[in-house]
Amino acid sequence: MTELETTPLNGLHRALGARMVGFAGYDMPVQFAGIMAEHAATRDRAGLFDVSHMGQVLLDGAGWTDVALAFEALVPMDVVGLGDGRQRYGLLTSDDGGIRDDLMFARMGESLFVVVNAACKADDIAYMRASLPDHVTLTEITDRALIALQGPAAEAALAPLCPAVTDMRFMDVIAADLSLGMGREEVPVWISRSGYTGEDGFEISVSASASEAVARKLLENDDVSPVGLGARDSLRLEAGLCLYGHDIGLDTTPVEAGLTWAIQKVRRAGGQREGGFPGAETILGQFADGAARKRVGLKPEGRAPMREGVELFETAEGGAPVGTITSGGFGPTVGGPVAMGYVPAALAAPGTQLFGELRGKRQPVTVAALPFVPANFKR
Amino acid sequence: MKFTEEHEWLLADGDIVTVGITTYAAEQLGDVVFVELPEVGTEVTKDDECVVIESVKAASDILAPLDGEIVEVNETLPDNPSLVNEDAMGEAWFFKIKVSDMSPMDDYMDEAAYNEFIE
Repeated sequence: MTELETTPLNGLHRALGARMVGFAGYDMPVQFAGIMAEHAATRDRAGLFDVSHMGQVLLDGAGWTDVALAFEALVPMDVVGLGDGRQRYGLLTSDDGGIRDDLMFARMGESLFVVVNAACKADDIAYMRASLPDHVTLTEITDRALIALQGPAAEAALAPLCPAVTDMRFMDVIAADLSLGMGREEVPVWISRSGYTGEDGFEISVSASASEAVARKLLENDDVSPVGLGARDSLRLEAGLCLYGHDIGLDTTPVEAGLTWAIQKVRRAGGQREGGFPGAETILGQFADGAARKRVGLKPEGRAPMREGVELFETAEGGAPVGTITSGGFGPTVGGPVAMGYVPAALAAPGTQLFGELRGKRQPVTVAALPFVPANFKR
Repeated sequence: MKFTEEHEWLLADGDIVTVGITTYAAEQLGDVVFVELPEVGTEVTKDDECVVIESVKAASDILAPLDGEIVEVNETLPDNPSLVNEDAMGEAWFFKIKVSDMSPMDDYMDEAAYNEFIE
């Protein structure tokens, strides 16, 4: 077994008594006080997450349009039209229309700042380096941590360190200085108002050396609790957000995954910069004709969670499986089991009754609208 | 009280053995959100899957520690699974099993041995 990597906050997690697990090659906290308590703390107040395992990348070229056009060859998003200080959700697509990774990208002046999944980052970076034109440079940022602060109390917790955050809207990005007080030097950071919980909140990119001081400062606030990967998963699941490698992957297209909202009009058929990304033929074809299957929310009846891999059937007995659950578990805010999975388009309408096979028994499960818990963003 | 390597505790009263999971096991599982109990009257053989426990994180089973008949189950658990986290060694027992041959009990650990086992 290869040695796990550590994030700059590893010592803090251990000092806080986290239970650690290996995740995407990193030694990460799965829980601190307990998944239910951390989940509730994030929904009710604010949770602090170490997401430093994710990849942070900067792309630069001969000005914004140059960089943006180069990146548009890899993603079906409107990159050129992204305003300075704004962020978008994006997808690296494959030649057959699948999804290589999902990511967040932001315009910071003339640079493009990209955050990719930990498990994909080595492949993503190699792929981008190989695919981008020579005049666009890719810099992997390895000396910065990434801290997410999520929940309704996130703004109030961060504002004393950085008053400018109160003016940020959902998906804004700023470069700013955090003031930790006590005569300490200000800490330069990049802050986005976004996250992976369905709650209002921020992601703070900060130098590795200052990251623990920033995290500790935020944790001094009684409203801020440390949160591990366990609650991160239950929060994103309730928010209907995809987990790469589970709900989306090389074998799912953006249209099947219900991510068409992330593909702006300018890249679709009839748009000014139509197509021109990997898998455009398949993906634009599915825009026109619809996909044969769709990602849906699924609400199992009763209390038993239906987890990844549970097969879905149209009837209580007999017949072949019509779909599979791609992530599922217990939704602490919902107070019951929630799941997502793929079903044929004809069975994708909310309210459709299906059955999930659990330990040899088929249990009723209903197609449900996503998200399970309404988003709480500051628009 | 006796303990199994599967982190069950067993408390014998005559030929009835009450079965639960240890506090250590409950802590490892994390927040328990679902419990499925066997039906009273079920005949079980040692190592049969008797109970399904799901925590927020994962699913796991409780195996029958002895041959016998399930004579009582803790009806409060399916409605209140978090009791397993609150009182694993007491209120949150899972089932009682009527055992014909108690001799396998001797093979299970006593408390000192179990505490060493989980060190």
